[in-house]
Amino acid sequence: MAHILLRHRDIPDLRKLGVYQANGGYAAWQKVLTEYEPQQVIDIVRNSNLRGRGGAGFPTGVKWGFIPKGPGDKYVIINTDESETGTFKDRELVENNPHQIIEGALIAAYAIGAKTIYNYFRGEYMDAAYAFEEALQDAYAAGLIGENILGTGFSCNFYCHYGAGAYICGEETALIKSLEGELGQPWSKPPFPAVEGLFRKPTVVNNTETLANVPPIINNGADWYKSMGTERSAGVKIVCMSGHVEKPGNYEVELGTTYRQLIEMAGGMRGGKKFKALLPSGGSGPVIIENALDAPMTYEGLDAYQSVMGSSSVIVMDEDTDMVWAALKMIHFFKHESCGKCTPCREGTFWMEKVLHRLYHGHGTEQDLQTLESVAKQVKGRTLCALGEFAINPVLSTIRHFPNEYRAKLNGRGSA
Amino acid sequence: MIKEKYAKEIEGILARFPTKKSAALPLMHLAQREYGYMSKEAMQEVAAILDLDPTHILSLAGFYSLYYEEPQGKYVLEICNDLACALRGADDFVEMATAKLGIPVDGTTEDGMFTIKTVMCLGACDRAPMLQCNLKFEEHLDETKFEALLARLRAEAETGGEETAVAPKIASYAVKK
Amino acid sequence: MSDLITLTVDGIDVSVPKGTLVVDAAKRIENDIPVFCYHPKMAPVGMCRMCLVEIGLPMRDRATGELMTNEDGSPQINFGRGLQTACTVQVSPGMVVRTQTQPVTEAREAVIEFLLSSHPLDCPICDKGGECPLQNLTMAHGNGNGRMVYTDKMKQEKHVPLGDMIFLDRERCIQCARCIRFQDEVVGDPVIQFHNRGRSLEIATMSDPGFDSYWSGNTTDICPVGALTTADFRFGARPWEMTPVATVSPHGPAGSNMTFSTRIEAAAGGRTVIKRVMPRQHEIVNETWISDRDRFVHHFADAPERLRQPLVRKDGKLVAVSWDEALNFVAEKLNGLGGAPVAGLSGDRVSNEDLFLFQKLLRKGLKSNHIDLANRRMAGGDVVAQVGVVHDENYDYPQRLGQGDAIVVVASDLHEEEPIWWLRVKQAAERGATVVVLNARPTRLDSFATYALHYRPGTAVATVRNLLSSAKVKVDDAESDLVVAAQALVKANNLVAFYGAEGVTYAETEAIARLLGNLLLLKNGGEGHVGRPNNGLIPVWPHNNTQGAWDMGVHPAFEPGYKPVKEAGFNANEIYAGVAAGRIKALYVMAADPVGDGLLAGRGQLDLLVVQELFMTETAVLADVVLPAQSWAEREGTFTSGERRVQRYYPAVTPVGESRPDWQILAQLGERLGLGKPAFAASLVFRDISKAVKSYKGMDYRTLAQVVQQWPMVSDEALYYGGTAFENRSGLGQQCPLTPPKEPFVVPEVDEMVPNGLALLRAAALYTPGSLNKYSPIIAKRLARPTLFVQNADAAKLGLAMGDMAQVGVNGTAVSAQVRVDNMLPAGVAVLRGVPYWPGTAVADITKIEQ
Ligand SMILES: Cc1cc2nc3c(=O)[nH]c(=O)nc-3n(C[C@H](O)[C@H](O)[C@H](O)COP(=O)(O)O)c2cc1C
Ligand code: SF4
Ligand code: FES
Repeated sequence: MAHILLRHRDIPDLRKLGVYQANGGYAAWQKVLTEYEPQQVIDIVRNSNLRGRGGAGFPTGVKWGFIPKGPGDKYVIINTDESETGTFKDRELVENNPHQIIEGALIAAYAIGAKTIYNYFRGEYMDAAYAFEEALQDAYAAGLIGENILGTGFSCNFYCHYGAGAYICGEETALIKSLEGELGQPWSKPPFPAVEGLFRKPTVVNNTETLANVPPIINNGADWYKSMGTERSAGVKIVCMSGHVEKPGNYEVELGTTYRQLIEMAGGMRGGKKFKALLPSGGSGPVIIENALDAPMTYEGLDAYQSVMGSSSVIVMDEDTDMVWAALKMIHFFKHESCGKCTPCREGTFWMEKVLHRLYHGHGTEQDLQTLESVAKQVKGRTLCALGEFAINPVLSTIRHFPNEYRAKLNGRGSA
Repeated sequence: MIKEKYAKEIEGILARFPTKKSAALPLMHLAQREYGYMSKEAMQEVAAILDLDPTHILSLAGFYSLYYEEPQGKYVLEICNDLACALRGADDFVEMATAKLGIPVDGTTEDGMFTIKTVMCLGACDRAPMLQCNLKFEEHLDETKFEALLARLRAEAETGGEETAVAPKIASYAVKK
Repeated sequence: MSDLITLTVDGIDVSVPKGTLVVDAAKRIENDIPVFCYHPKMAPVGMCRMCLVEIGLPMRDRATGELMTNEDGSPQINFGRGLQTACTVQVSPGMVVRTQTQPVTEAREAVIEFLLSSHPLDCPICDKGGECPLQNLTMAHGNGNGRMVYTDKMKQEKHVPLGDMIFLDRERCIQCARCIRFQDEVVGDPVIQFHNRGRSLEIATMSDPGFDSYWSGNTTDICPVGALTTADFRFGARPWEMTPVATVSPHGPAGSNMTFSTRIEAAAGGRTVIKRVMPRQHEIVNETWISDRDRFVHHFADAPERLRQPLVRKDGKLVAVSWDEALNFVAEKLNGLGGAPVAGLSGDRVSNEDLFLFQKLLRKGLKSNHIDLANRRMAGGDVVAQVGVVHDENYDYPQRLGQGDAIVVVASDLHEEEPIWWLRVKQAAERGATVVVLNARPTRLDSFATYALHYRPGTAVATVRNLLSSAKVKVDDAESDLVVAAQALVKANNLVAFYGAEGVTYAETEAIARLLGNLLLLKNGGEGHVGRPNNGLIPVWPHNNTQGAWDMGVHPAFEPGYKPVKEAGFNANEIYAGVAAGRIKALYVMAADPVGDGLLAGRGQLDLLVVQELFMTETAVLADVVLPAQSWAEREGTFTSGERRVQRYYPAVTPVGESRPDWQILAQLGERLGLGKPAFAASLVFRDISKAVKSYKGMDYRTLAQVVQQWPMVSDEALYYGGTAFENRSGLGQQCPLTPPKEPFVVPEVDEMVPNGLALLRAAALYTPGSLNKYSPIIAKRLARPTLFVQNADAAKLGLAMGDMAQVGVNGTAVSAQVRVDNMLPAGVAVLRGVPYWPGTAVADITKIEQ
């Protein structure tokens, strides 16, 4: 199948404006500007059933429709914070297929009436994103961005912005705070960004990959897009395969592909080892095991296995992996990245790491194990944003699936 | 003083936002590139440009892990040893790297050349082990490649070529339009 | 109110205004949903998660929009979204809140356990212990157990000075951000912030000096734990050992309500002493905030330098004598003057009772009208009595200025002179009020001003006159900013005018007060701005009771209640001249130091100088008799604020030595001068005042002590809600009614004094060295040092650079001051701060001091 998002793999130098345009690039932008009313654009995207690729899966067209109509400043923000463990799809896009993102974001801006677009990159992508910055300059020079675009009277500016190392800034309200030059701490919604976002103005925040889907949808229509994937999870998705597979990397697949197929695509288990478990959504989704391998990768496909597709960053672990170690790695991540604003997440991640550290190093007690589980449950449903919910997932799911690995470590019975 | 040295960039950055405060992170990136870390003076300088109390810049410097509040080696080698990288040998790589340079994690070599840190996922899990050196990614590493990297950096430091080779292309902050 | 919304909290119906948060709605029916981060005066942030409750909404049929009902006809409620923070959710019709269910109880237990997981639990030595929200809520909602292993706890620094005034204990902090948000949102000094991330979040400051704000002390009140403490109180006493006593600021003209926490102290020889000062809630006066000066200035009352005994000069030396001897001596001397002219000068920080008896002693006892305030700085008390501001006495939903209203501030730097008024103007501006600032130089108020206009020094009166005449006619397209501003002022629904004395003379303030009075009186087809709530004139008096001094007739031309005297006496300046020239033979000085202030050169040709004081001032040193007075903390009395609110304060501590209240000294002296039996209580003096002064009619010590329930409720038993500001149980005071004039004021002509050359004006500083500030060790560290601000070009002309020392000639005396080059100043204007007051603007006489 030809790629829709990773088209640069089929077309060399697609990041160059000329090549992109020679391959149908910016046709959608032109079409939107000259043929469609903003509401029509929103309707097409809504009909395509495109859902957010940042993890939460909110229908993109619906989100755009929330933006109040009428005059006033509005903003589009591209979320290229991509800091979830095991996630590297947006980076490949900005480096290699930047114009498709630019085009998608411009269409979003037109649809909601925004005059400014910011692309918020994680600070660590500053160098990688240079390709994107160059593409942006070229698009400016070609009159695709800026004042009175292509003579249509529509104007829109487009800027890159760099974070500075904070996973939480991927959360949309934290991202907005960060863009405002504040601490990247999320706020308690409402107000939702669609009503009061960046600089207190209506704002759409979309994942990079989400927006890269938009130009092909405009070009080929909603029905075309819906023809891919499953009924409730339409279209294509980039999956980041990492960990114990032979060929880690990004794979573009139709939604509904099973996890077993994904592992096969990635060359199978490394060194022919046996599969043990995988994290379907980077560090933040619950671990799944063998019994879920034939579940389809869709927004609802893992419901039965108490897990989620999320950002579809699949971290595969083989039979040799110590699951307590893996849980410790993850809780360390979340403790490190908790912004500290709300009590359960701030205190819970700190506490869980302490206990898990002790357990992993063989100094834990039965009591510790109970505490670990109960602290995790104590965080659940009480945090300000989803980070706290993410943090407990690897802990609770590894305890659920691998209780014996934990037990084996109690009081000196474990590895060092 | 970054105010003079990067006047054009700063002007370009400020023009991007309706509020000055929004320029804080970009200006801190400039300042850190200039001074190697966010010294007290650097914070005051950025605060003055933005009409903010320096406390605000201090606060940002502490929150965002890419800003250093202490002096660092000339090259900051930040190795990702988060889960996905660790599954592909990142922890062993850290051990090798620290042993090679004879410093612990968060330590700096005596000649002030290298600092080693471990960091959370950098979004290059498929190319592990990897690190970022002054924000530039070095991927698919092993011992040989690490040695080659060190040699390259040392050579560059001698010839003063580090500006182009290992620092991110921060100059893009100046928007041409 | 029409837009009330009804909801149910644990089965009880409650109706509250639209926009009310669930937590406040519950509070109305005494359901204390526990909170840590929420503070009723700040925007909710929902971060501590203590207030989680179940919130359900009535369900509607998707198709019809009809409310869906259960079989029994009751509305179907959807609790779909799990627990929600009561502090961030606004009420809506039909909402059902559950605060006592199992999920809620469990959530509270969980949050408490989390908060305590790294808490040091050092309550036995913590200043907050006993009045600590964390302690209280742990008792109420904690599960009694901690599972955190001790060695897992986070260890942090415990004694971190954030500045001279505030200390931080990092281990106790629960990261609620109340302090940060207060500094940023409420008072606009974002000088403390979180540093680091996650569990490592900690409060930090980088301002210079540390925690650079006039409001820092308030953070110690609202901190829900003992993380923030004041440098003077920390480890000073336990809350339960202290007795709260109501008082009023001894310094600022707003009359901020405060509470002393007092304790009998062995170290003080068994005296009762003040351990700390905290705000006392008065929603109309100071809400729940006080400036650091109001909080820390009280140390003067305890200063070792206080006078303890009456002193009489014998053989050239002041020696201690008994009260009888001293009073007899004074009476004898005064009686023996044989009708030679006597004058009386008072300060304006003493009580109405003192001031009333002071003028009575002179007028009735000594038949003299040579009575005035020693520091004759600012006029207009009589104007204020006619067109002053009127309050809306609603303490529940106080009306506050905002959209559609306007404020004009003339010749005052409110931030330095009365911070609480600055705060009020700032808040009004943030709510959308039009703010017009007229001054000779920029002040901090400018950043909130809709129009900030800087007149040339010396042209203040002309500027206000222009403002008034531009307001009189409707102009459609105005040419100048002043006209635009004037038009905005008359269009306002409510209009409040402040005026001060920066860079202007006494005569100029007189004219400004009257001009502003006339502006307020303008009807322009509407109702005018006099006598209606939230309208009127506010004088930025130099002291707490200047208005009281005017009302009491400490004035050469007015008796109490502004009754004109038959023949006006000398004013202060004439008295000083008279002392030198021998026209005045005896001078009685109360609570003032004219010699120290440079107003009086010496004894001149006086036969008798009596000084009634707290300290051995430069004037007292020259006196024949020095009578030791009690400070306001030791006695009771009333002050009248610039907003004409008469407020009581109460005796809190044991008097120092043999000192007596000023009014008592005056009454006892009066008896010796034939004025009859002395009143034995301040309340009786006040009864006489209420008879003599019409606007005080009907007031007495009981009516002044009346209170009503205020909203938000702070500091009831559930003191975690608003912090440890004190509930007001001791009186809200009473505002004097106005006697509006029938005609516009006649405005005296004032000669313009535009300096030719660099104009120098003296600007106030909150911590200006003065009789009270300098005796407070904690404020002494921050006293404003003499500083000269000059604009770049002017500095260049004078050869001055940042940090240089310069000599500045002021009224014949020279002051050395540090130079600060300030680009914001208009050219031709120099400002001197941190020096005693002098009126008007002068030609600057500046020379660089070569080092
Ligand atoms: C802790 C946290 C981290 C997140 N990180 C990212 C991220 O790195 N990239 C992203 O696109 N969305 C991230 N999200 C989701 C965003 O909040 C938001 O839902 C998304 O950007 C919306 O875009 P979409 O609708 O196109 O998916 C994160 C959410 C949370 C709670
Ligand atoms: S110091 Fe006190 S008020 Fe400030 S964040 Fe900590 S607990 Fe809250
Ligand atoms: S979250 Fe509501 S009081 Fe803190």
